[in-house]
Amino acid sequence: MEYFIELLFSGLTRGSIYALIALGYTMVYGIIGLINFAHGEIYMIGAFTALVVSTALTIYGFPLLAVVVLTALAAAVWAASYGYTIERLAYRPLRSAPRLSPLISAIGMSIFLQNYVLLAQTSDFVPFPALVPEFAFMEPYAHIVGSSDMAILVVSALAMIILTCMIKYTRTGKAMRATAQDQKMALLVGINVDNVISITFITGSALAAIGGLLIASHIGQINFYIGFIAGIKAFTAAVLGGIGSIPGAVLGSFILGLTEAFATGYVSSDYEDVFAFSLLVLILIFKPAGLLGKATIEKV
Amino acid sequence: MLELRNIDTYYGNIQALHQIDLTVEAGEIITLIGANGAGKSTTLMSISGISPPRSGEIIFKGKPIHELPANKIVTLGISQVPEGRHIFPELTVAENLDMGAFLRNDKRGIADDLEYLYDLFPILRKRRNQPGGNLSGGEQQMLAISRALMAHPQLLLLDEPSMGLAPLVTKQIFEIIEKINREQNTTIFLVEQNANLALQIAHRGYVLENGRITMHDQADKLLANKDVQKAYLGI
Repeated sequence: MEYFIELLFSGLTRGSIYALIALGYTMVYGIIGLINFAHGEIYMIGAFTALVVSTALTIYGFPLLAVVVLTALAAAVWAASYGYTIERLAYRPLRSAPRLSPLISAIGMSIFLQNYVLLAQTSDFVPFPALVPEFAFMEPYAHIVGSSDMAILVVSALAMIILTCMIKYTRTGKAMRATAQDQKMALLVGINVDNVISITFITGSALAAIGGLLIASHIGQINFYIGFIAGIKAFTAAVLGGIGSIPGAVLGSFILGLTEAFATGYVSSDYEDVFAFSLLVLILIFKPAGLLGKATIEKV
Repeated sequence: MLELRNIDTYYGNIQALHQIDLTVEAGEIITLIGANGAGKSTTLMSISGISPPRSGEIIFKGKPIHELPANKIVTLGISQVPEGRHIFPELTVAENLDMGAFLRNDKRGIADDLEYLYDLFPILRKRRNQPGGNLSGGEQQMLAISRALMAHPQLLLLDEPSMGLAPLVTKQIFEIIEKINREQNTTIFLVEQNANLALQIAHRGYVLENGRITMHDQADKLLANKDVQKAYLGI
């Protein structure tokens, strides 16, 4: 039973990280119908930014809490600026091009960013400092769920609540929903659609960066390639839940995280990816639009 | 109020509008009639800044607007009800109306306009918490018109409001269009395939053929014109 609960938490933790990344995929897809393949790299860049900033702040003797908060902020802002720039440079000029063109541009961006970090940081794994201390109140449960797992769960939950409120209640959120549903009409009611698209990239990138920071601190090492695997997994989760749907991305992420955790725990860790992607294949066969996605007719 | 001078609009390399000259005076209902593919919707999209003209000028209240982005044009007081209504399907009726007032800040004015529209279309009040996508065609048309009016426009562009509606519903919509023009003093630019109906409520009309204006006159004169009768009124 204890083992089960341990795996459960491990799955929820994975799921939370996937969700933070998958939200960016699904939001961008919902608004401009593009799979932003460079999104995994944004997550990776968030982790590297966090590494640089947290190291610097620690050297300057900031207290841990300040290091954590400032690092998260810096990673989110820096990654967001990457997301914004990528959209402006690689996707906006192709907005009225055939759908395949921005997709290829996205893959190109992904390769470019990976190699840029590879050149700047080498391909070696670099150690990442643990930013979450062992909480005293967590000690009795430490053999089941670690403090950093708990931090991941809490921070991701908060991020998702804030995002939901933003989309539901703010003016920007309304503009995002309207743009996702009918872009031409959004223009006609006076929404600045270009701004909405920029904000979507900024929000998604900031969430991915927070995910990158959390997982890097949890695992303790990063390299230029971590964005690829995480990105593909999060993309799988988004498709599983129904790409374009925000609750779908979260649901898909948790299903994927839990599947992986239980498969690893009860079968073998070698089969982790086999289970994850088998799940994707099954969903695509039996429910092609994803769990919460709507089967839509291609708009003419 | 609105003046189109020598407008040429293209879709890619295909020219959809050729030297369109057209004026709309404040307070009137004008109509643009023509066959499928004549360029009626393109004309409205050019005015709204969605398909800006490649050459020519669009002057609204003395100022050129043909180079402004679509959202600025809405701010100036031009709203459009596009062909096919384009209701936000997952937003409720109330949220759809709210989107119409996206650029306004005057809470009081918004609330007053909302009341006016709910009185004008009581069915919308009844359905205000339902998703827009669940409404019938006629209800969606009422919602689309109301949403455009929530921006409190001086000029309302209406694209094929009768499309796909039962004759009785169409009649009701057209009565309301006249009423809005009378009561709110909103200038109306109506694009219609149903030329007969459009010319009955309009003051003046233009005939568009293959992207060119071929005729313009008082609406009653167009109704009596032999060529118009033959080509568009089925007489």
